[in-house]
Amino acid sequence: MSALLLTVLAQAGDDIVQPDAALAEAGVVVEKLLMPAIDWTAIAPSTILVTGALVLLVLASLFRHSKWISGTYIWITLGTVATAAFSAWRQWIRVRPGSFTAIADAVKVDGFAIFITVTICCALALAALVVDGYLKREQLEGPEVFVLMMLSASGGMIMASANDLIVLFLGLEILSIALYVLAGSHLRRAESQEAALKYFVLGGFSSALFLYGIALTYGATGSTNLGKIATYLSENVVLHNGLLTAGLALLLVGMAFKVAAVPFHLWTPDVYQGSPSPVAGFMAAAAKAAGFAALLRVLLTALGTLESDWRPIVWVLSIITMVIGSILTIVQTDVKRTLAYSSISHAGFIMIGVQAASTKGVSAALFYLLTYTFVVLGTFAVVTIVGRRGDAAHSLSSYEGLGRKAPVLALALTLFLLGQAGIPMTSGFVAKFGVLSAAVDVKSYAIAIVAMLASVVSGFAYLRIIVKMYFSGDGEDTPAGAYAVPLGTKIAIAVAAAFTLFAGVAPQALLTFAEKAILR
Amino acid sequence: MNILASVFNSAVLNSALTSVHIAEAGANSVPFPLLTMLILVPMIGAAVVALVPKTRHEIVTTLGLGVSGATLALAVWLMTNFDKAEAGYQFASKHQWISQFGVSWNLGVDGISLWLLVLTGILFPIAIFGPDERHERKSYVAWLLLLEAGVMGVFLSLDLFMFFVFFEIVLVPMYFLIGGWGHGNKTYSALKFFLYTMFGSALMLVASITLVALAKPKLGMYTFDITQLAEAGLGQTTARWLFLAFALAFAIKVPIFPLHTWLPDAHTDSPTAGSVILAGVMLKMGTYGLIRFGLFLFPEASSWFGPVMLTLGVIGIIYGALTAVVQKDLKRLVAYSSVAHLGFIVVGIYAITQQALSGSVLQMVNHGVSTPALFLLVGWIYERRHTREIAELRGLQKMAPVFAGVFTIVMLSSIGVPGLNGFVGEFMILIGTFLTHRWWAVVAASGVILAALYLLWAYQRTFHGEPDAGDSMEDLNLREKLAIAPLLFLIVFMGVYPKPFLDRIDPSVKALIAHIEGKTSVREPEVAKMRGVIVEGAVEGAVEGAVEGDAVKTEKPANHEAGKATK
Repeated sequence: MSALLLTVLAQAGDDIVQPDAALAEAGVVVEKLLMPAIDWTAIAPSTILVTGALVLLVLASLFRHSKWISGTYIWITLGTVATAAFSAWRQWIRVRPGSFTAIADAVKVDGFAIFITVTICCALALAALVVDGYLKREQLEGPEVFVLMMLSASGGMIMASANDLIVLFLGLEILSIALYVLAGSHLRRAESQEAALKYFVLGGFSSALFLYGIALTYGATGSTNLGKIATYLSENVVLHNGLLTAGLALLLVGMAFKVAAVPFHLWTPDVYQGSPSPVAGFMAAAAKAAGFAALLRVLLTALGTLESDWRPIVWVLSIITMVIGSILTIVQTDVKRTLAYSSISHAGFIMIGVQAASTKGVSAALFYLLTYTFVVLGTFAVVTIVGRRGDAAHSLSSYEGLGRKAPVLALALTLFLLGQAGIPMTSGFVAKFGVLSAAVDVKSYAIAIVAMLASVVSGFAYLRIIVKMYFSGDGEDTPAGAYAVPLGTKIAIAVAAAFTLFAGVAPQALLTFAEKAILR
Repeated sequence: MNILASVFNSAVLNSALTSVHIAEAGANSVPFPLLTMLILVPMIGAAVVALVPKTRHEIVTTLGLGVSGATLALAVWLMTNFDKAEAGYQFASKHQWISQFGVSWNLGVDGISLWLLVLTGILFPIAIFGPDERHERKSYVAWLLLLEAGVMGVFLSLDLFMFFVFFEIVLVPMYFLIGGWGHGNKTYSALKFFLYTMFGSALMLVASITLVALAKPKLGMYTFDITQLAEAGLGQTTARWLFLAFALAFAIKVPIFPLHTWLPDAHTDSPTAGSVILAGVMLKMGTYGLIRFGLFLFPEASSWFGPVMLTLGVIGIIYGALTAVVQKDLKRLVAYSSVAHLGFIVVGIYAITQQALSGSVLQMVNHGVSTPALFLLVGWIYERRHTREIAELRGLQKMAPVFAGVFTIVMLSSIGVPGLNGFVGEFMILIGTFLTHRWWAVVAASGVILAALYLLWAYQRTFHGEPDAGDSMEDLNLREKLAIAPLLFLIVFMGVYPKPFLDRIDPSVKALIAHIEGKTSVREPEVAKMRGVIVEGAVEGAVEGAVEGDAVKTEKPANHEAGKATK
């Protein structure tokens, strides 16, 4: 792999810094290693997150005997996220006249990458707020969950701005390996360990397939650079394109695994169920955003000329993902599994935007990802609280009578579920509306109809949770204070709820942001 | 609270809607955003009620009544300022909303929606204080107010997107009302209600987006404004497919046979207030949609599918009536009677004549007055006796004479006895339909007789006879009398003097018929245009449009009287 990396770096024609001439004069034989100039601002958000993670790790080990240190984890994390978001905003100003590539063409900074970066920042901030209370409740010490979340998020950002398949793979691995560990971060729950192992084995397979896809694509086109692949494919007609098609298929499998599209979704319910609840929320939001970023960039920029090949595949994937995802949602008895299947069906919805293969489709998918981040993290924040100490009360019956026992919590969850169902005046409706109109614009009527019918089916599953909260008996007795909400979680729920309503009633500014965030 | 509300409103208006005033209807323009307030007052009221602290629970009803009363006052103000000579949309207000989608905050009122708005204003205060609903008053009132905002929005929207938003948002409060305060198998009924309607509107959403996308090349932009979309000039086949998707959503809401199965369940298990609102205004969203969007946007498709819709309407009349006859539960009986009555309205819409359409619009209001009254009465019987089984009730008249008297009047109105409101609408629908679709009108007319059968028979079994030993039945108390009085007044007033209603309905209906004639080869028969003349017995030759307007207005009561005589 390092050989491949060198190839990437060697491909850089310009921006080459000459090796130090002084050393050569001194008689030291220097093998020429060509280093590209590094534009730090291009990779600022992910670098800041990695730095923040390292600082946190160092501080936590230096002061591990001090009591006060565990209180600073959340502040360091939030500060890092804020800095990363700020640097993304600086980038946004810089790309206004046009996007640019950096570091030997391996990284691309455009509105699209920045949008995904911002989405991941939001996911990270909300998840960190919830995780803080969760760790205290579960008496899990140590900063590693925060560190891993920051690392994972930085991987997602690298994926979003990757302009080279190898960089994309690096991002994917940074994202995934951190997530594997996060899934197993509840040390005292066997389910958590099981989830981590399952996720790791299946994820390892999909990464291998993805890597093989990169190799085949490289073999067919002679480059791993997305721009060069596009140029090659537009200038040459590939007569025997078996290699290329196989490469495309394997790349698709790898990315479909990350976004949990049917039939590569089988890990999702088990992993969501076993992982710590806030981590599951983070997974649903950040991994999905990063996966779709990769999917959109690879398909639309590098393989844009193969549109007639991949569009039908994505069309089929989207439809079976929506249909199977929503049908399986309604037979679940565990709320976390319900949410896992619903996240699968949401992936199908976002794929509608991908298969439209238009700028409208891209911005609709982006808007969907942003709104979904808030809705799903809000949902998992409530689920975290209802799960109570031990993070085990996740069956539907645990929600019985929640409307009376914790009215505010129940109301918030109702809002998030209605948002996921796509009821008007919530962000979910505007998001659904966006992908549907993108599909209708390219005359994909069938997929639009299937999508709406699927949303009715999954609507049933959400309503069932609401029924449990409001219309059934009081359920099991819970001790007073069982639903105590820590301050951080309160803030996360309030922000997510406010965003869900706001983006449902006045989405203009966000839509403009998504519209400007096109691939260039 | 009012000051607070208005401050909040202006803030909302300025931020959420980029306040670009595009159109303000000339003669009627009021600087006050009346129509927007009709939606915002109950919506903000709902939020205020929801925020009332637990310790001040007792003010909730007063607050709810105050808010819905203020909304009623706005609706009445709207009615008095309504220009009856104007056929187009009045008090129009249009603001940019989501410009990326071509969506605007676009409200307007015409003769077709005016009375439904007033009806909504009247029914909600009644629903809030009429039934004796004690538990969890706070959320109960909050949901009702939110529902009122949604219903108002449906009848005011001139933008497909907005219409869809309100059409679907009303499901949420209604779902909670049925599930939270209902009886019997309430969870099942609430779910069935929600999913049925959501299924219908799912396809409507796709059809709306498709319509907008297809209209773009012609109109040069994305817009959900229905007056612009009506000029989209779609292909015939496309328009028919789109019409089908819209019609499915509305047919479920109406409900038209065979999509009615959610209605009896929802009505039976819903609390009284839920039934009042469901029957009174929510079913009208379907028929209103068929007129406002079906006829207006897809005139050719509407007339092409006309015979199918007429047939389904007639089947609904007969089927609803026959099923009502055999019901054991009084509330279920009233629910099935709704299916029959709504059948009449559907028939009137697809006859595509002016009388029938005016009759349909009027009948929507009539049904919205008498059926809620029936549901209130049945609800009060249930509150007293804890049963609605016809077999378990006997001799109520002896024990509660005033109650029986009120029930009689309401029942007769529902049957359509001349002199009460039900008659006027049904008669106009039958006359209008007879001109273009004779045999459908003939079969539909038998529904009137069946209505007499099931209602009178039910009355006989429950109110007549000697009460069983040990049974008791309190008569109406003051609160209940106050709640039912406005409805009784309307039943009699609209039956005796429907002119002020028809005066405002007619110009808009006439314009709609002209719109259909302009777009299709459908022509209203000449005889339909001379209706005033025929009733007078004087054949004065062709009557031209402008003259006809006057003739229609002045002759309307005569028409009605003549109908009575022939009956």
